[in-house]
Amino acid sequence: MTTEMLLTDLRLMIPELMLAIGAMALLMLGAFWKGEAGAARLIMRLSIGLLILCAAAAVWMAGKAEGTAFHGALRVDDFILYAKTVIYLASAGALVLASKYLETERLAKFEYPVLALLAVTGMSVMVSSNDLITLYLGLELQSLALYILAAFNRDSLRASEAGLKFFMLGALSSGLLLYGASLIYGFAGATGFDAIAAAASEDGAKIGLLFGLVFMVSGLAFKLSAAPFHMWTPDVYEGAPTPVTAFYATAPKLAAMVLVARVLYEPFAAMTDEWRQIIVVLAVLSMAVGALGALMQSNIKRLMGYSSIGNMGYALVGLAAGTALGLWSVLFYMTLYVVGVLGAFAVILSMRRAEGMVEQIDDLKGLARTHPALGWSMTALMFSIGGMPFLVGFFGKLFVFYAAAEAGLWWLMLTALVFSTVSIAYSLRVVKVIWFDEPAGVFEPAPAGVALISRTAALATVALVPVAGVVLATAIAVSS
Amino acid sequence: MLEITLGHYLTLSAMIFTIGVFGIFANRKNVIILLMSIELILLSVNINLVAFSSHMGDLAGQVFAMFILTVAAAEAAVGLAILVVFFRNHGDIAVDGASMMKG
Repeated sequence: MTTEMLLTDLRLMIPELMLAIGAMALLMLGAFWKGEAGAARLIMRLSIGLLILCAAAAVWMAGKAEGTAFHGALRVDDFILYAKTVIYLASAGALVLASKYLETERLAKFEYPVLALLAVTGMSVMVSSNDLITLYLGLELQSLALYILAAFNRDSLRASEAGLKFFMLGALSSGLLLYGASLIYGFAGATGFDAIAAAASEDGAKIGLLFGLVFMVSGLAFKLSAAPFHMWTPDVYEGAPTPVTAFYATAPKLAAMVLVARVLYEPFAAMTDEWRQIIVVLAVLSMAVGALGALMQSNIKRLMGYSSIGNMGYALVGLAAGTALGLWSVLFYMTLYVVGVLGAFAVILSMRRAEGMVEQIDDLKGLARTHPALGWSMTALMFSIGGMPFLVGFFGKLFVFYAAAEAGLWWLMLTALVFSTVSIAYSLRVVKVIWFDEPAGVFEPAPAGVALISRTAALATVALVPVAGVVLATAIAVSS
Repeated sequence: MLEITLGHYLTLSAMIFTIGVFGIFANRKNVIILLMSIELILLSVNINLVAFSSHMGDLAGQVFAMFILTVAAAEAAVGLAILVVFFRNHGDIAVDGASMMKG
Protein backbone atom coordinates (compact mmCIF):
# COMPACT_ATOMS: atom_id res chain seq x y z
CA MET A 1 0.00 0.00 0.00
CA THR A 2 2.61 2.55 1.05
CA THR A 3 4.99 1.45 -1.72
CA GLU A 4 2.20 1.98 -4.17
CA MET A 5 1.55 5.47 -2.81
CA LEU A 6 5.24 6.27 -2.99
CA LEU A 7 5.37 5.12 -6.60
CA THR A 8 2.38 7.30 -7.51
CA ASP A 9 4.08 10.26 -5.87
CA LEU A 10 7.37 9.59 -7.60
CA ARG A 11 5.64 9.23 -10.96
CA LEU A 12 4.31 12.77 -10.65
CA MET A 13 7.81 14.06 -10.02
CA ILE A 14 9.60 12.37 -12.93
CA PRO A 15 11.20 15.53 -14.41
CA GLU A 16 12.46 16.75 -11.01
CA LEU A 17 13.91 13.34 -10.18
CA MET A 18 15.67 13.20 -13.54
CA LEU A 19 17.11 16.67 -13.01
CA ALA A 20 18.23 16.12 -9.42
CA ILE A 21 19.80 12.70 -10.05
CA GLY A 22 21.24 13.92 -13.36
CA ALA A 23 22.84 16.98 -11.75
CA MET A 24 24.46 14.86 -9.03
CA ALA A 25 25.66 12.23 -11.50
CA LEU A 26 27.16 14.89 -13.78
CA LEU A 27 28.84 16.53 -10.79
CA MET A 28 30.50 13.22 -9.93
CA LEU A 29 31.45 12.67 -13.56
CA GLY A 30 33.08 16.10 -13.68
CA ALA A 31 34.91 15.60 -10.39
CA PHE A 32 36.47 12.28 -11.41
CA TRP A 33 37.02 12.89 -15.14
CA LYS A 34 40.60 13.52 -16.18
CA GLY A 35 41.12 16.67 -18.23
CA GLU A 36 39.07 19.75 -17.47
CA ALA A 37 38.27 20.99 -21.00
CA GLY A 38 36.95 17.63 -22.17
CA ALA A 39 34.82 17.20 -19.06
CA ALA A 40 33.34 20.68 -19.43
CA ARG A 41 32.32 20.09 -23.05
CA LEU A 42 30.92 16.60 -22.42
CA ILE A 43 28.92 17.68 -19.36
CA MET A 44 27.58 20.75 -21.15
CA ARG A 45 26.22 18.52 -23.95
CA LEU A 46 24.80 15.94 -21.53
CA SER A 47 23.07 18.71 -19.56
CA ILE A 48 21.44 20.15 -22.67
CA GLY A 49 20.30 16.62 -23.60
CA LEU A 50 18.96 16.04 -20.08
CA LEU A 51 16.96 19.27 -20.18
CA ILE A 52 15.40 18.38 -23.54
CA LEU A 53 14.59 14.91 -22.17
CA CYS A 54 12.90 16.50 -19.15
CA ALA A 55 10.86 18.75 -21.45
CA ALA A 56 9.80 15.65 -23.38
CA ALA A 57 8.84 13.93 -20.12
CA ALA A 58 6.76 16.95 -19.06
CA VAL A 59 4.99 17.02 -22.44
CA TRP A 60 4.35 13.27 -22.17
CA MET A 61 2.87 13.70 -18.69
CA ALA A 62 0.48 16.45 -19.80
CA GLY A 63 -3.13 15.31 -19.66
CA LYS A 64 -2.16 12.07 -17.85
CA ALA A 65 -0.66 13.17 -14.57
CA GLU A 66 -2.58 15.35 -12.19
CA GLY A 67 -2.73 15.55 -8.42
CA THR A 68 -0.63 16.19 -5.36
CA ALA A 69 2.40 14.25 -4.19
CA PHE A 70 4.10 13.73 -0.82
CA HIS A 71 1.12 14.60 1.38
CA GLY A 72 0.20 17.71 -0.56
CA ALA A 73 3.71 19.19 -0.63
CA LEU A 74 3.87 19.30 -4.42
CA ARG A 75 1.22 19.63 -7.07
CA VAL A 76 1.14 18.69 -10.76
CA ASP A 77 -1.43 19.71 -13.34
CA ASP A 78 -1.44 20.79 -16.98
CA PHE A 79 -0.80 24.45 -16.19
CA ILE A 80 2.28 23.53 -14.14
CA LEU A 81 3.51 21.01 -16.72
CA TYR A 82 3.26 23.65 -19.43
CA ALA A 83 5.31 26.09 -17.34
CA LYS A 84 7.89 23.37 -16.68
CA THR A 85 8.21 22.56 -20.38
CA VAL A 86 8.93 26.19 -21.21
CA ILE A 87 11.42 26.42 -18.32
CA TYR A 88 13.35 23.33 -19.48
CA LEU A 89 13.46 24.40 -23.12
CA ALA A 90 14.47 27.98 -22.28
CA SER A 91 17.24 26.71 -19.98
CA ALA A 92 18.47 24.32 -22.67
CA GLY A 93 18.57 27.29 -25.06
CA ALA A 94 20.50 29.36 -22.54
CA LEU A 95 23.05 26.53 -22.13
CA VAL A 96 23.46 26.30 -25.92
CA LEU A 97 24.21 30.03 -25.92
CA ALA A 98 26.74 29.55 -23.13
CA SER A 99 28.82 26.67 -24.48
CA LYS A 100 31.02 28.45 -27.07
CA TYR A 101 31.21 31.69 -25.07
CA LEU A 102 32.58 29.92 -22.01
CA GLU A 103 35.30 28.24 -24.08
CA THR A 104 36.49 31.47 -25.72
CA GLU A 105 36.39 33.40 -22.45
CA ARG A 106 38.36 30.64 -20.65
CA LEU A 107 35.46 29.97 -18.31
CA ALA A 108 34.70 26.45 -19.52
CA LYS A 109 34.27 24.59 -16.23
CA PHE A 110 31.96 21.65 -15.71
CA GLU A 111 30.37 23.37 -12.71
CA TYR A 112 28.52 25.77 -15.00
CA PRO A 113 26.02 23.29 -16.48
CA VAL A 114 25.70 21.47 -13.14
CA LEU A 115 24.77 24.71 -11.36
CA ALA A 116 22.34 25.54 -14.14
CA LEU A 117 20.71 22.12 -13.73
CA LEU A 118 20.38 22.67 -9.98
CA ALA A 119 18.79 26.07 -10.62
CA VAL A 120 16.33 24.43 -13.02
CA THR A 121 15.53 21.79 -10.38
CA GLY A 122 14.77 24.63 -7.99
CA MET A 123 12.51 26.37 -10.49
CA SER A 124 10.73 23.14 -11.17
CA VAL A 125 10.04 22.52 -7.48
CA MET A 126 9.01 26.16 -7.13
CA VAL A 127 6.31 26.06 -9.80
CA SER A 128 5.09 22.69 -8.44
CA SER A 129 5.00 23.77 -4.83
CA ASN A 130 1.75 23.34 -2.93
CA ASP A 131 3.10 24.22 0.49
CA LEU A 132 5.03 27.16 1.93
CA ILE A 133 7.96 24.90 2.86
CA THR A 134 8.43 23.47 -0.65
CA LEU A 135 7.95 26.96 -2.08
CA TYR A 136 10.81 28.25 0.05
CA LEU A 137 13.11 25.30 -0.63
CA GLY A 138 12.57 25.49 -4.40
CA LEU A 139 13.11 29.22 -4.44
CA GLU A 140 16.33 28.96 -2.42
CA LEU A 141 17.74 26.11 -4.51
CA GLN A 142 17.19 28.25 -7.60
CA SER A 143 18.55 31.45 -6.04
CA LEU A 144 21.68 29.93 -4.50
CA ALA A 145 22.69 28.39 -7.83
CA LEU A 146 22.01 31.67 -9.64
CA TYR A 147 24.09 33.72 -7.16
CA ILE A 148 27.10 31.55 -7.93
CA LEU A 149 26.50 31.72 -11.68
CA ALA A 150 26.34 35.54 -11.55
CA ALA A 151 29.83 35.62 -10.05
CA PHE A 152 31.06 32.76 -12.23
CA ASN A 153 33.77 34.89 -13.87
CA ARG A 154 35.95 34.98 -10.77
CA ASP A 155 38.59 37.34 -12.18
CA SER A 156 36.18 40.05 -13.26
CA LEU A 157 35.46 42.87 -10.84
CA ARG A 158 32.16 43.61 -12.54
CA ALA A 159 30.97 40.00 -12.29
CA SER A 160 31.88 39.67 -8.62
CA GLU A 161 30.21 42.99 -7.86
CA ALA A 162 27.09 41.80 -9.69
CA GLY A 163 27.18 38.53 -7.74
CA LEU A 164 27.54 40.36 -4.43
CA LYS A 165 24.64 42.74 -5.13
CA PHE A 166 22.49 39.90 -6.39
CA PHE A 167 23.24 37.83 -3.31
CA MET A 168 22.58 40.61 -0.82
CA LEU A 169 19.26 41.73 -2.28
CA GLY A 170 18.23 38.15 -3.03
CA ALA A 171 18.87 37.12 0.58
CA LEU A 172 16.95 40.16 1.82
CA SER A 173 14.02 39.25 -0.42
CA SER A 174 14.06 35.66 0.87
CA GLY A 175 13.94 37.12 4.37
CA LEU A 176 10.89 39.26 3.54
CA LEU A 177 9.20 36.30 1.90
CA LEU A 178 9.88 34.09 4.91
CA TYR A 179 8.60 36.66 7.36
CA GLY A 180 5.41 36.79 5.34
CA ALA A 181 5.26 33.00 5.22
CA SER A 182 5.65 32.77 9.00
CA LEU A 183 2.75 35.19 9.53
CA ILE A 184 0.60 33.28 7.04
CA TYR A 185 1.42 30.06 8.88
CA GLY A 186 0.45 31.65 12.17
CA PHE A 187 -2.87 33.03 10.99
CA ALA A 188 -3.88 30.11 8.77
CA GLY A 189 -2.63 27.44 11.17
CA ALA A 190 -0.94 25.38 8.45
CA THR A 191 1.58 25.66 5.65
CA GLY A 192 -0.34 23.80 2.94
CA PHE A 193 -1.94 25.87 0.18
CA ASP A 194 -5.31 24.11 0.57
CA ALA A 195 -5.46 24.85 4.30
CA ILE A 196 -4.48 28.48 3.68
CA ALA A 197 -7.22 28.74 1.03
CA ALA A 198 -9.74 27.49 3.58
CA ALA A 199 -8.54 30.00 6.18
CA ALA A 200 -8.53 32.87 3.65
CA SER A 201 -12.20 32.34 2.82
CA GLU A 202 -13.20 33.02 6.44
CA ASP A 203 -13.38 36.56 7.74
CA GLY A 204 -11.58 36.09 11.04
CA ALA A 205 -8.00 35.66 9.82
CA LYS A 206 -8.10 38.01 6.84
CA ILE A 207 -6.19 40.96 8.27
CA GLY A 208 -3.34 38.81 9.54
CA LEU A 209 -3.14 36.84 6.30
CA LEU A 210 -3.11 40.05 4.28
CA PHE A 211 -0.23 41.33 6.39
CA GLY A 212 1.72 38.16 5.63
CA LEU A 213 0.75 38.28 1.97
CA VAL A 214 2.14 41.81 1.57
CA PHE A 215 5.53 40.64 2.85
CA MET A 216 5.43 37.56 0.69
CA VAL A 217 4.53 39.44 -2.49
CA SER A 218 7.32 41.96 -1.78
CA GLY A 219 9.79 39.10 -1.51
CA LEU A 220 8.55 37.55 -4.73
CA ALA A 221 8.58 40.94 -6.49
CA PHE A 222 12.34 41.07 -5.83
CA LYS A 223 12.76 37.78 -7.67
CA LEU A 224 10.53 39.06 -10.48
CA SER A 225 12.44 42.36 -10.56
CA ALA A 226 9.19 44.29 -10.40
CA ALA A 227 9.54 47.95 -9.33
CA PRO A 228 10.03 49.21 -6.59
CA PHE A 229 12.11 46.08 -5.91
CA HIS A 230 14.11 46.26 -9.14
CA MET A 231 17.32 48.07 -8.08
CA TRP A 232 19.56 45.05 -8.54
CA THR A 233 18.33 44.11 -12.02
CA PRO A 234 20.27 46.48 -14.31
CA ASP A 235 23.52 45.96 -12.39
CA VAL A 236 23.26 42.18 -12.41
CA TYR A 237 22.27 42.12 -16.08
CA GLU A 238 25.27 44.26 -16.97
CA GLY A 239 27.85 42.70 -14.68
CA ALA A 240 27.14 38.98 -14.99
CA PRO A 241 28.65 37.07 -17.95
CA THR A 242 26.27 37.46 -20.93
CA PRO A 243 25.12 33.79 -21.13
CA VAL A 244 24.29 33.93 -17.41
CA THR A 245 22.23 37.05 -18.04
CA ALA A 246 20.51 35.25 -20.91
CA PHE A 247 19.70 32.37 -18.56
CA TYR A 248 18.65 34.72 -15.81
CA ALA A 249 16.34 36.78 -18.04
CA THR A 250 14.34 33.81 -19.28
CA ALA A 251 13.51 30.70 -17.24
CA PRO A 252 13.71 32.13 -13.67
CA LYS A 253 11.50 35.08 -14.67
CA LEU A 254 8.84 32.72 -15.99
CA ALA A 255 9.15 30.47 -12.93
CA ALA A 256 8.80 33.42 -10.55
CA MET A 257 5.79 34.76 -12.45
CA VAL A 258 4.08 31.34 -12.40
CA LEU A 259 4.84 31.08 -8.68
CA VAL A 260 3.30 34.50 -7.96
CA ALA A 261 0.27 33.55 -10.04
CA ARG A 262 -0.15 30.26 -8.20
CA VAL A 263 0.21 31.82 -4.74
CA LEU A 264 -2.33 34.53 -5.56
CA TYR A 265 -4.81 32.36 -7.46
CA GLU A 266 -4.79 29.24 -5.28
CA PRO A 267 -4.40 29.90 -1.54
CA PHE A 268 -5.48 33.55 -1.76
CA ALA A 269 -8.24 33.26 -4.34
CA ALA A 270 -10.78 34.45 -1.76
CA MET A 271 -8.82 37.67 -1.21
CA THR A 272 -8.61 38.82 -4.85
CA ASP A 273 -9.90 42.32 -4.13
CA GLU A 274 -7.24 42.82 -1.47
CA TRP A 275 -4.19 41.60 -3.39
CA ARG A 276 -5.26 43.23 -6.64
CA GLN A 277 -4.31 46.63 -5.17
CA ILE A 278 -0.76 45.44 -4.44
CA ILE A 279 -0.34 43.95 -7.91
CA VAL A 280 -1.71 47.08 -9.61
CA VAL A 281 0.83 49.28 -7.79
CA LEU A 282 3.68 46.92 -8.71
CA ALA A 283 2.51 46.79 -12.34
CA VAL A 284 2.24 50.57 -12.83
CA LEU A 285 5.60 51.28 -11.16
CA SER A 286 7.35 48.51 -13.14
CA MET A 287 5.98 49.72 -16.46
CA ALA A 288 7.06 53.30 -15.68
CA VAL A 289 10.57 52.39 -14.46
CA GLY A 290 11.11 49.94 -17.33
CA ALA A 291 9.96 52.27 -20.11
CA LEU A 292 11.67 55.43 -18.86
CA GLY A 293 14.84 53.73 -17.60
CA ALA A 294 15.42 51.92 -20.90
CA LEU A 295 15.34 55.19 -22.84
CA MET A 296 18.55 56.41 -21.20
CA GLN A 297 20.79 53.37 -21.54
CA SER A 298 23.87 52.99 -23.70
CA ASN A 299 24.70 49.39 -22.74
CA ILE A 300 22.53 46.83 -24.50
CA LYS A 301 22.53 44.38 -21.56
CA ARG A 302 21.43 47.15 -19.23
CA LEU A 303 18.72 48.07 -21.71
CA MET A 304 17.51 44.47 -21.61
CA GLY A 305 17.45 44.73 -17.82
CA TYR A 306 15.13 47.75 -17.89
CA SER A 307 13.07 46.16 -20.63
CA SER A 308 12.58 43.09 -18.44
CA ILE A 309 11.37 45.30 -15.56
CA GLY A 310 8.81 46.86 -17.91
CA ASN A 311 7.73 43.52 -19.32
CA MET A 312 7.15 42.12 -15.83
CA GLY A 313 4.86 45.11 -15.34
CA TYR A 314 2.75 44.15 -18.38
CA ALA A 315 2.53 40.55 -17.20
CA LEU A 316 1.38 41.80 -13.79
CA VAL A 317 -1.39 43.78 -15.53
CA GLY A 318 -2.78 40.47 -16.74
CA LEU A 319 -2.34 38.95 -13.29
CA ALA A 320 -4.25 41.83 -11.69
CA ALA A 321 -7.35 40.75 -13.60
CA GLY A 322 -7.73 37.87 -11.13
CA THR A 323 -9.63 35.75 -13.67
CA ALA A 324 -8.84 32.53 -15.51
CA LEU A 325 -8.44 34.63 -18.65
CA GLY A 326 -5.88 36.76 -16.82
CA LEU A 327 -3.89 33.69 -15.84
CA TRP A 328 -3.98 32.44 -19.41
CA SER A 329 -2.78 35.80 -20.73
CA VAL A 330 0.12 35.93 -18.26
CA LEU A 331 1.36 32.50 -19.27
CA PHE A 332 1.04 33.34 -22.95
CA TYR A 333 2.77 36.69 -22.52
CA MET A 334 5.64 35.18 -20.54
CA THR A 335 6.18 32.43 -23.12
CA LEU A 336 6.47 34.98 -25.94
CA TYR A 337 8.71 37.12 -23.74
CA VAL A 338 11.06 34.18 -23.08
CA VAL A 339 11.33 33.40 -26.81
CA GLY A 340 12.04 37.05 -27.67
CA VAL A 341 14.60 37.61 -24.93
CA LEU A 342 16.47 34.38 -25.69
CA GLY A 343 16.76 35.56 -29.32
CA ALA A 344 17.87 39.05 -28.33
CA PHE A 345 20.62 37.61 -26.12
CA ALA A 346 21.71 35.35 -28.96
CA VAL A 347 22.21 38.52 -31.03
CA ILE A 348 24.10 40.17 -28.14
CA LEU A 349 26.33 37.10 -27.89
CA SER A 350 27.10 37.46 -31.62
CA MET A 351 28.61 40.90 -30.94
CA ARG A 352 32.22 39.80 -30.83
CA ARG A 353 35.07 41.74 -32.42
CA ALA A 354 38.67 40.62 -32.79
CA GLU A 355 39.49 42.26 -29.44
CA GLY A 356 36.62 40.64 -27.52
CA MET A 357 32.95 40.98 -26.70
CA VAL A 358 31.32 44.39 -27.11
CA GLU A 359 28.01 45.38 -25.54
CA GLN A 360 27.28 49.04 -26.28
CA ILE A 361 24.22 49.94 -28.35
CA ASP A 362 26.55 52.01 -30.56
CA ASP A 363 28.44 48.84 -31.46
CA LEU A 364 25.34 47.76 -33.40
CA LYS A 365 25.76 50.72 -35.79
CA GLY A 366 25.09 49.79 -39.39
CA LEU A 367 24.45 46.16 -38.50
CA ALA A 368 21.88 45.92 -41.30
CA ARG A 369 24.62 46.62 -43.83
CA THR A 370 27.48 44.62 -42.35
CA HIS A 371 25.45 41.59 -41.17
CA PRO A 372 21.99 41.66 -42.81
CA ALA A 373 20.71 38.47 -41.16
CA LEU A 374 21.71 39.68 -37.69
CA GLY A 375 20.29 43.14 -38.41
CA TRP A 376 16.92 41.75 -39.48
CA SER A 377 16.83 39.38 -36.48
CA MET A 378 17.57 42.13 -33.94
CA THR A 379 14.99 44.42 -35.59
CA ALA A 380 12.26 41.80 -35.40
CA LEU A 381 13.18 40.83 -31.82
CA MET A 382 13.39 44.40 -30.50
CA PHE A 383 10.06 45.26 -32.12
CA SER A 384 8.48 42.11 -30.72
CA ILE A 385 9.77 42.77 -27.18
CA GLY A 386 8.68 46.42 -27.47
CA GLY A 387 5.18 45.36 -28.57
CA MET A 388 5.19 46.81 -32.10
CA PRO A 389 2.18 45.77 -34.21
CA PHE A 390 1.95 43.26 -35.79
CA LEU A 391 4.75 41.09 -34.48
CA VAL A 392 3.97 38.37 -31.99
CA GLY A 393 4.87 40.44 -28.90
CA PHE A 394 2.03 42.79 -29.81
CA PHE A 395 -0.48 39.95 -29.53
CA GLY A 396 0.92 39.05 -26.11
CA LYS A 397 0.27 42.60 -24.94
CA LEU A 398 -3.15 42.68 -26.61
CA PHE A 399 -4.14 39.54 -24.70
CA VAL A 400 -2.95 40.97 -21.37
CA PHE A 401 -4.80 44.26 -22.00
CA TYR A 402 -7.93 42.39 -23.02
CA ALA A 403 -7.86 40.36 -19.79
CA ALA A 404 -7.45 43.54 -17.71
CA ALA A 405 -10.25 45.35 -19.55
CA GLU A 406 -12.55 42.38 -19.23
CA ALA A 407 -12.04 42.39 -15.46
CA GLY A 408 -13.07 46.06 -15.40
CA LEU A 409 -9.58 47.51 -14.87
CA TRP A 410 -9.98 50.11 -17.62
CA TRP A 411 -7.69 52.76 -16.22
CA LEU A 412 -4.93 50.21 -15.59
CA MET A 413 -5.22 49.09 -19.19
CA LEU A 414 -5.02 52.68 -20.45
CA THR A 415 -1.93 53.36 -18.29
CA ALA A 416 -0.31 50.22 -19.69
CA LEU A 417 -1.15 51.39 -23.20
CA VAL A 418 0.64 54.71 -22.61
CA PHE A 419 3.76 53.02 -21.25
CA SER A 420 3.83 50.48 -24.05
CA THR A 421 3.97 53.40 -26.51
CA VAL A 422 7.01 54.70 -24.63
CA SER A 423 8.56 51.25 -24.72
CA ILE A 424 8.27 51.19 -28.49
CA ALA A 425 10.48 54.29 -28.42
CA TYR A 426 13.49 52.48 -26.98
CA SER A 427 13.20 49.61 -29.40
CA LEU A 428 12.95 52.16 -32.22
CA ARG A 429 16.19 53.71 -31.02
CA VAL A 430 18.02 50.38 -31.30
CA VAL A 431 16.48 49.78 -34.72
CA LYS A 432 17.50 53.26 -35.89
CA VAL A 433 21.10 52.54 -34.88
CA ILE A 434 21.00 49.25 -36.77
CA TRP A 435 19.58 50.61 -40.03
CA PHE A 436 20.51 54.28 -40.39
CA ASP A 437 23.92 54.77 -38.78
CA GLU A 438 27.30 54.38 -40.46
CA PRO A 439 28.75 50.90 -39.88
CA ALA A 440 31.06 50.77 -36.87
CA GLY A 441 33.00 47.65 -37.85
CA VAL A 442 32.39 43.98 -38.38
CA PHE A 443 31.75 41.17 -35.91
CA GLU A 444 33.43 37.80 -35.92
CA PRO A 445 31.19 34.98 -37.22
CA ALA A 446 28.89 33.76 -34.45
CA PRO A 447 29.03 30.11 -33.25
CA ALA A 448 26.50 27.85 -34.98
CA GLY A 449 24.27 27.36 -31.90
CA VAL A 450 24.05 31.09 -31.21
CA ALA A 451 23.23 31.91 -34.85
CA LEU A 452 20.59 29.17 -34.91
CA ILE A 453 18.84 30.53 -31.80
CA SER A 454 18.93 34.17 -32.94
CA ARG A 455 17.42 33.27 -36.33
CA THR A 456 14.83 30.82 -35.00
CA ALA A 457 13.65 33.32 -32.40
CA ALA A 458 13.49 36.11 -35.00
CA LEU A 459 11.48 33.87 -37.34
CA ALA A 460 9.20 32.94 -34.42
CA THR A 461 8.25 36.60 -33.93
CA VAL A 462 6.55 36.39 -37.34
CA ALA A 463 5.75 32.68 -37.61
CA LEU A 464 3.98 32.53 -34.25
CA VAL A 465 1.53 35.28 -35.21
CA PRO A 466 -1.16 32.85 -36.50
CA VAL A 467 -0.76 30.76 -33.32
CA ALA A 468 -1.15 33.91 -31.23
CA GLY A 469 -4.26 34.84 -33.20
CA VAL A 470 -5.81 31.43 -32.60
CA VAL A 471 -5.01 31.47 -28.86
CA LEU A 472 -6.45 34.97 -28.53
CA ALA A 473 -9.60 34.12 -30.47
CA THR A 474 -10.15 30.92 -28.43
CA ALA A 475 -9.66 32.76 -25.16
CA ILE A 476 -12.14 35.47 -26.15
CA ALA A 477 -14.65 32.89 -27.33
CA VAL A 478 -14.31 30.84 -24.11
CA SER A 479 -14.61 33.85 -21.81
CA SER A 480 -17.63 35.52 -23.43
CA MET B 1 4.06 37.60 37.76
CA LEU B 2 4.09 38.61 34.11
CA GLU B 3 3.29 35.80 31.76
CA ILE B 4 5.01 35.57 28.39
CA THR B 5 2.37 35.18 25.68
CA LEU B 6 2.40 34.73 21.93
CA GLY B 7 2.19 38.52 21.55
CA HIS B 8 5.52 38.99 23.32
CA TYR B 9 7.26 36.56 21.01
CA LEU B 10 5.78 38.21 17.95
CA THR B 11 6.85 41.66 19.17
CA LEU B 12 10.38 40.44 19.82
CA SER B 13 10.54 38.87 16.41
CA ALA B 14 9.19 42.00 14.71
CA MET B 15 11.84 44.05 16.51
CA ILE B 16 14.67 41.77 15.44
CA PHE B 17 13.32 41.74 11.88
CA THR B 18 13.28 45.54 11.80
CA ILE B 19 16.82 45.73 13.19
CA GLY B 20 17.93 43.35 10.44
CA VAL B 21 16.29 45.34 7.65
CA PHE B 22 17.68 48.60 9.01
CA GLY B 23 21.09 46.99 9.27
CA ILE B 24 21.03 46.31 5.55
CA PHE B 25 20.02 49.81 4.50
CA ALA B 26 21.77 51.93 7.14
CA ASN B 27 25.15 50.20 6.99
CA ARG B 28 27.59 51.67 4.46
CA LYS B 29 30.86 50.35 5.83
CA ASN B 30 31.21 46.61 5.75
CA VAL B 31 29.61 43.81 3.77
CA ILE B 32 30.07 41.35 6.65
CA ILE B 33 27.57 43.41 8.65
CA LEU B 34 25.08 42.88 5.82
CA LEU B 35 25.52 39.11 6.20
CA MET B 36 24.89 39.45 9.94
CA SER B 37 21.74 41.48 9.25
CA ILE B 38 20.43 38.82 6.88
CA GLU B 39 21.06 36.21 9.57
CA LEU B 40 19.08 38.35 12.04
CA ILE B 41 16.12 38.50 9.65
CA LEU B 42 16.11 34.73 9.20
CA LEU B 43 16.35 34.15 12.97
CA SER B 44 13.45 36.51 13.63
CA VAL B 45 11.40 34.41 11.22
CA ASN B 46 12.38 31.31 13.18
CA ILE B 47 11.20 32.87 16.45
CA ASN B 48 7.89 33.63 14.76
CA LEU B 49 7.50 30.11 13.44
CA VAL B 50 8.42 28.36 16.67
CA ALA B 51 6.18 30.67 18.74
CA PHE B 52 3.21 30.03 16.45
CA SER B 53 3.99 26.33 16.38
CA SER B 54 4.07 25.95 20.16
CA HIS B 55 1.02 28.19 20.56
CA MET B 56 -1.06 26.08 18.17
CA GLY B 57 0.45 22.72 19.10
CA ASP B 58 1.22 22.12 15.43
CA LEU B 59 4.62 20.70 14.46
CA ALA B 60 4.83 22.08 10.90
CA GLY B 61 6.24 25.41 12.09
CA GLN B 62 9.15 23.75 13.88
CA VAL B 63 9.91 21.62 10.83
CA PHE B 64 9.88 24.81 8.73
CA ALA B 65 12.29 26.44 11.21
CA MET B 66 14.72 23.51 10.87
CA PHE B 67 14.64 23.86 7.08
CA ILE B 68 15.32 27.58 7.36
CA LEU B 69 18.32 26.97 9.63
CA THR B 70 19.76 24.51 7.11
CA VAL B 71 19.23 26.79 4.12
CA ALA B 72 20.63 29.76 6.06
CA ALA B 73 23.87 27.84 6.56
CA ALA B 74 24.12 27.14 2.84
CA GLU B 75 23.27 30.75 2.08
CA ALA B 76 25.99 32.03 4.39
CA ALA B 77 28.52 29.72 2.72
CA VAL B 78 27.62 30.97 -0.76
CA GLY B 79 27.56 34.59 0.43
CA LEU B 80 31.00 34.37 2.04
CA ALA B 81 32.42 32.68 -1.07
CA ILE B 82 31.15 35.51 -3.28
CA LEU B 83 32.50 38.00 -0.74
CA VAL B 84 35.97 36.42 -0.91
CA VAL B 85 35.91 36.65 -4.73
CA PHE B 86 34.85 40.29 -4.49
CA PHE B 87 37.60 41.05 -1.99
CA ARG B 88 40.23 39.49 -4.26
CA ASN B 89 39.19 41.66 -7.20
CA HIS B 90 38.45 44.83 -5.33
CA GLY B 91 40.86 44.93 -2.40
CA ASP B 92 38.33 45.83 0.29
CA ILE B 93 34.76 45.00 1.32
CA ALA B 94 33.25 48.45 1.83
CA VAL B 95 29.62 48.64 0.71
CA ASP B 96 30.27 51.98 -1.00
CA GLY B 97 33.00 50.34 -3.05
CA ALA B 98 30.50 48.15 -4.90
CA SER B 99 29.53 50.95 -7.26
CA MET B 100 31.21 50.25 -10.59
CA MET B 101 27.85 50.03 -12.33
CA LYS B 102 25.27 52.79 -11.98
CA GLY B 103 22.23 54.28 -13.72
